[in-house]
Amino acid sequence: MTQIIDQVRHVCTLGGLQSVLAIERAIPVLHAGPGCGQKLWGAIGLQNGGQGSGYAGGHTVPCTNATERDVVFGATDKLEEVIENTFKVIDADFFAVLTGCTSDIVGDDVGDVVRRFQKQGKPIVWAETGGFKGSNFIGHELVLAAIFGQYLQPAAGKIPGLVNIWAVVPFQDPFWTGVYADLAELLRAVGLTPNVIFGPGGGVTALDRVPAAQFNLLISPWVGLKGVQQLEERFGTPFLHYPVLPIGPTETGKFLRAVAEYADLDRNRVEEFIKEREDHYYHFIERAAEVLLETRFLPRHFTTITDSTYGLALAKFLVSDLGLIPDRLYVVDGIPDHLQEEVGEYFKDLGEGIGAEVLFTPDGGAVQKELRATKFRSRPLILGSAWERTLAKELNGFALSVSMPVSDRLVFDRSYVGYTGGLRLVEDIYSAIMSDFQ
Amino acid sequence: MAIIDIKRNEVPIRENRLGAVTGYVGTIGDLHERATNCGVGNRERCFTQASACSSGCCQNQLGSISDALVVNHAPVGCAADSVAGNVNFKSGARLRGLDYTNVQIISTNLEERDTVFGATDKLRDTILQAYERYKPKAIFVTASCVSGIIGEDIQSVLNELKEELDIPLVPAFCEGFKTKVWASGFDAAFHAVLHGIVAPPRSDVKSNKVNFVNFRGSARKEIINTFSKLGVEPVFLLQHSTVEEIRRISEARATVSICGTLGSYLGNGLEQHYGVPYVNTEQPHGISGYKNWLRSLGTLLEAEDAVEAHIAAEEARIAPELEEIRARLKGKTAVIGMGPSFGHNYTRVLRELGVEVLWAATWHFDQNYDHGEVPESTKRLAEADESLQVSVGDQQNYEIVNLLGKLKPDIYVTRHGGSSVWATKMGIASYMITDEYAAFGFNGILNFGNVIIDKLTNRSLARKLAERIKLPYSDWWIAQDSFSLLNAEGF
Repeated sequence: MTQIIDQVRHVCTLGGLQSVLAIERAIPVLHAGPGCGQKLWGAIGLQNGGQGSGYAGGHTVPCTNATERDVVFGATDKLEEVIENTFKVIDADFFAVLTGCTSDIVGDDVGDVVRRFQKQGKPIVWAETGGFKGSNFIGHELVLAAIFGQYLQPAAGKIPGLVNIWAVVPFQDPFWTGVYADLAELLRAVGLTPNVIFGPGGGVTALDRVPAAQFNLLISPWVGLKGVQQLEERFGTPFLHYPVLPIGPTETGKFLRAVAEYADLDRNRVEEFIKEREDHYYHFIERAAEVLLETRFLPRHFTTITDSTYGLALAKFLVSDLGLIPDRLYVVDGIPDHLQEEVGEYFKDLGEGIGAEVLFTPDGGAVQKELRATKFRSRPLILGSAWERTLAKELNGFALSVSMPVSDRLVFDRSYVGYTGGLRLVEDIYSAIMSDFQ
Repeated sequence: MAIIDIKRNEVPIRENRLGAVTGYVGTIGDLHERATNCGVGNRERCFTQASACSSGCCQNQLGSISDALVVNHAPVGCAADSVAGNVNFKSGARLRGLDYTNVQIISTNLEERDTVFGATDKLRDTILQAYERYKPKAIFVTASCVSGIIGEDIQSVLNELKEELDIPLVPAFCEGFKTKVWASGFDAAFHAVLHGIVAPPRSDVKSNKVNFVNFRGSARKEIINTFSKLGVEPVFLLQHSTVEEIRRISEARATVSICGTLGSYLGNGLEQHYGVPYVNTEQPHGISGYKNWLRSLGTLLEAEDAVEAHIAAEEARIAPELEEIRARLKGKTAVIGMGPSFGHNYTRVLRELGVEVLWAATWHFDQNYDHGEVPESTKRLAEADESLQVSVGDQQNYEIVNLLGKLKPDIYVTRHGGSSVWATKMGIASYMITDEYAAFGFNGILNFGNVIIDKLTNRSLARKLAERIKLPYSDWWIAQDSFSLLNAEGF
């Protein structure tokens, strides 16, 4: 049966354009149809935590705006002209030419065009990201592969303690800015020097430092694995693949100890930090115990309709630290078939000897249909997207939008990562419950 | 004038049908004169920024029909705009006090192998799954760049399925690469409606309905009230209308539209095929536009007296407040950046408020509408001030930013997301019209005037943001003529 997609929860490969924009003063140049940019940033940007055009996104992104003539005769000349004028008109430090379906089907030799600019020493790369190649999770990987392969140069030497952080896909995760900043904060606290490529303050300087890192840290069940493998191959940088985005005390402690073990850090310093932050966390949890236990209509069970990263991270926290029970969990990131089994394994141990069954499907409509047919014994807590607002009402449940599209929330620099992030999540979930009947 | 052909399953794009252009700079007098006589030649650009495509306009119009469903025959990214479409749809539901539901726009999820082997089976299967899931009253299939390039025979799939599914199955051709005018997607949607949904009028039905082509319909209550004085009832199209309501729009006594760009195709199509007259005046924004529009409708309905009574009472009612607003806006300047219908209509409205419009940029320009005439709003504007400077560009922000830097207006008034922010980043007050009824008639002009006053009264956000941010353009570009990357006609 055809894998249809009803209620999009990710976009296509070309959505990787937002990963370029996540690097400060970097700009994508699209060789694509006129509407691709608008549709994609509309979905994973503006309608996802209110992430607007920023420095040079949105309608500022240069694009060849493919026409019928381009599709018939090819349009490499036009692309060359637009790139040339991009250098004149736009003030940016780094450029990535990304193709859409039109160019990839017609077979424009984009590499040939871009190589001419690379030979002139321009900081520019290209990637074939025609939307039919898959999701923007794949698009993000293609963009990284292009940058790693075509732009980065070997470093003079490794800098001890320098760690590149690779985690959630920028923009697709509306909390990405906070996620990277909070992960960096955790690493700094235990004595490492984080190198954050995405978000404010990174830019080309951070990008240029990538090959000098002591190791790459990948925090994701599957997205980005190819990237750190490529960096190991090209620059000999080892990597730590840690599948769980740490939320709350249990997972954050495990994460920090794993990093400490891998990087051979000062254990006392790590344990002191964990103790101090756990005290802070439990100060508030103790204070909120009445809310967590005595509020009317409390949910006992939860489900998630998110990407793999958040499905795993949210479930681990809610099971390990908040005493909730997972129902069937839904992973909607269009994860490639061959990775499903391995990622599904991660969900078998969420803490307390509790695991969850996972259904992988990009079809949100099918998920909602299944939930409509599910019998709930208490009001269900649904951590999904804005698509679930209507469903939660029908099911008399509680909804919190945490996964694209988060069109009902404005998100700046907060995240659910770490100790503070765990508190933020408890605040958000229980605020949704408390405000529901008031 | 080309007659609209509703038997074909596809409508020609605006460049071919309406002489639409996306590159022009000059005066409204020149634009009007050339559109009326020899025609305006389009000017291409040697640098372009991402604009928008027809598929967004098309599938969000069709997807907003309450009980219809859209199957998008495309890779998943082409359905990305269903997210914004859903937000829009829900805001419309809120305005009307309806229950929230999600839009039903389903992607066939075309993948690499489909571009090689074709995917008509996938389309067929998607339609069947979609029908099973939601039991819609009609299914529209929107095309995409991929389905267009690989030559998918959408119509044949629909023909085959007609045996199985007893609902209208209608294609809508809106491949993004086919047109630079995203509004061509409105035509694709309305063509699908005319071609596949609208039934010929029943001879025994005498309707008192007037079709009102609009977006979300915020002024619904006011319109129902005003129309009741003329003895008619509005049917708001297409958002939140039903397939059955749309089937019957051929029986209406007239069609009107809040936007000339939006309404031209459906209005003229209904007039040409079913004799439902379409009001072709300028749109009902501000006072003179509203009066001409309502008088024209009144004449069609033979309700002239009711119209005149309404106008006289309303004009007298708002006169004192309007004078106050005009006094406060005296000497203020504005630049406009909108679609062509809104742009030329709102230029007139700002002038009615006493604001000097320094420049009117529109995202495209139709040299004629489907009744074969230059848009009335353009004509009136040219008559009022032929020297008004205008330009046409498919929302090329680099031109707009450059222009705003040179003209330094008090306010930039815009429609279509992602433009107003640039004025704000330059310290210029801005107002994006998100509500199509922002300056509707007598109440609208007062509201609109007050909004402009508010925007000019406290500019702190714009001023402080502008002090702290850097624009993404080079000094070289900012020093150039705003339209220096616009090629000569024919190149």
